[in-house]
Amino acid sequence: MSRGKKKAKQEITWKEIKRQKVLLIWSAFFVIYGFIFYYLPLGGWIMAFQNYKPKDGMLHSKWIGLDKFKFLFSDASFIRVIRNTLAMGTINLVTSFVMAIVFAILLNEVKNVVGKKMVQTISYLPHFLSWIIVTGILHDALSSTGIVNEVLQKLGIVSSQINFFAHESYFWPIVAFSNLWKETGWNAIIYLAAITAIDPSLYEAASIDGAARWAKIRYITLPGIKPTIMILLLMNVGNVLNAGFEVQYILGNGLVQKVSQTIDIYVLNWGISQNDYSLGTAAGIFKSAVSIFLILLANRMAKRSGEESLF
Amino acid sequence: MKKKSLSDQIFVICNTIFMVAFVVITLYPVLNTLAISFNDGIDTVRGGIHLIPRKFTLQNYYTVLHKQNMVTGAYITVLRTVIGTLLALVTNALLAFIVSRKRFLFKSQLSLFWVITMYVNGGLIPVFLLYKNLHLTGTFWVYVVPGAVSAFNMLVLRTYMVGLPDSLEESAQLDGAGYMTIFVKIISPLCKPVYATVALFVAVGQWNSWFDAMLYNRMSDKYTTLQYELMKLLSSVMQQSGSADSMRNSGNSITPASIRAAATIATMLPIVCLYPFLQRYFVTGLTIGGVKE
Repeated sequence: MSRGKKKAKQEITWKEIKRQKVLLIWSAFFVIYGFIFYYLPLGGWIMAFQNYKPKDGMLHSKWIGLDKFKFLFSDASFIRVIRNTLAMGTINLVTSFVMAIVFAILLNEVKNVVGKKMVQTISYLPHFLSWIIVTGILHDALSSTGIVNEVLQKLGIVSSQINFFAHESYFWPIVAFSNLWKETGWNAIIYLAAITAIDPSLYEAASIDGAARWAKIRYITLPGIKPTIMILLLMNVGNVLNAGFEVQYILGNGLVQKVSQTIDIYVLNWGISQNDYSLGTAAGIFKSAVSIFLILLANRMAKRSGEESLF
Repeated sequence: MKKKSLSDQIFVICNTIFMVAFVVITLYPVLNTLAISFNDGIDTVRGGIHLIPRKFTLQNYYTVLHKQNMVTGAYITVLRTVIGTLLALVTNALLAFIVSRKRFLFKSQLSLFWVITMYVNGGLIPVFLLYKNLHLTGTFWVYVVPGAVSAFNMLVLRTYMVGLPDSLEESAQLDGAGYMTIFVKIISPLCKPVYATVALFVAVGQWNSWFDAMLYNRMSDKYTTLQYELMKLLSSVMQQSGSADSMRNSGNSITPASIRAAATIATMLPIVCLYPFLQRYFVTGLTIGGVKE
């Protein structure tokens, strides 16, 4: 395979170029497009080292070195924002993985085909709804007259209504729950597909040996989907910091902002609302750097433990 | 073997309860919003609406449909979904076609060029300034042009195209077909399932996005979208949720909460109606997309 690749590479001859003229022209378009929309913004990173003023542009703004970064790390609210982002990102990552795997395994145990299909179809409906809709719906459910308060009161767990959006301690669980509500069914699809791919004869052999249901799940199903779990975990670790914008932005309010604000919201507040482009960019660079670090770290750990790795 | 042990029976019962609970938790909030959307606004404030409206009215929907911004939002949302999906499909398919040609000289370089964009990006502020400098902000095009090519969609399409036999291309070339013909007449018809998948992903993304409307077109109601209008309604609901009592006395039977419920249902209706038919496509897509790059 690699030899074939090399051979193809060596063939850069005029004849071949002429033959592929159309492909080359098309790819030029894609390179230009990609350069403008994906690579050019990277050049904007120099703003983080300037006191950027729109009227001066990037060429004539004053250079200030690392001042913006120094400000960031001396700003207590930025430190808090990092904590919130990491905390919510990690909670979301762990809960969504556990829930999706548990749901997939349990759904796989449902033997009624129609029921199984129906549950699955319903389970991934929320994935297609926007975060605005999801947070709105959950806001209703958690409001003072919503179903959650009603059930809690009827069961006698609480004596008076809880205002879920006014207490800091409820915020992270609400974010985690909305994430679970929206994505569990969807995330489970890939595990269900992986479970289907497990050789059925393994289960038959286990039955003959008298293995109970739990034993089969533990020794056949879980090891069978382990590669899938690992690769998805790897792919999602880099996204931990991305798990913090929409719900937090919509549901966050003055009462809970100490725990609700994330790096993305910080960037939006400083960069767009306060027009401090330099500070916003610096915070964004920090986020990118941490994300890439997390991906590389996860990849390295996966390689070391002998699992599949991304690259 | 036929006889089920006690622990097995307990498991089946517990599992069934779990599944039922799962379905109820998923569906109840949606159905509750549906009921509220058909219920009189002031009556809703009293609480206790579950699955059936207590004081039936169409007033909420009437109000929503007569809001100028909602109408514009619906129009722009449909437009961006249609144009954005078509554009993204054509560009991503073409790019995937190029990098999946075995003989193409720069296929690995071009792939890498795009895969890098999945991991490194400039961030909110530089992108914002770029769109501003390109005069994309304050236009409709900011919704469809920047996202037209995405590495993820390209990879999904490429994986599928690489799986097609090379002999198709070779025999077409022997017949004198150019790359354009091969792409349009030979590869594309075979890619229908994966095209449907990618189109669905893009369409849902377009339909549901609101952040771009808020960020780039905040100033002009001309290019508002349904989700952004919904977002504005939601914030007004949350600001007023503390003052429900004052609204009860205002004499107006419409509350932000009930309008929001109606707008929510109206916005999710197309997705809920279409998605049972499109299910098999996105399941395929997810499985392809999950393949190791």
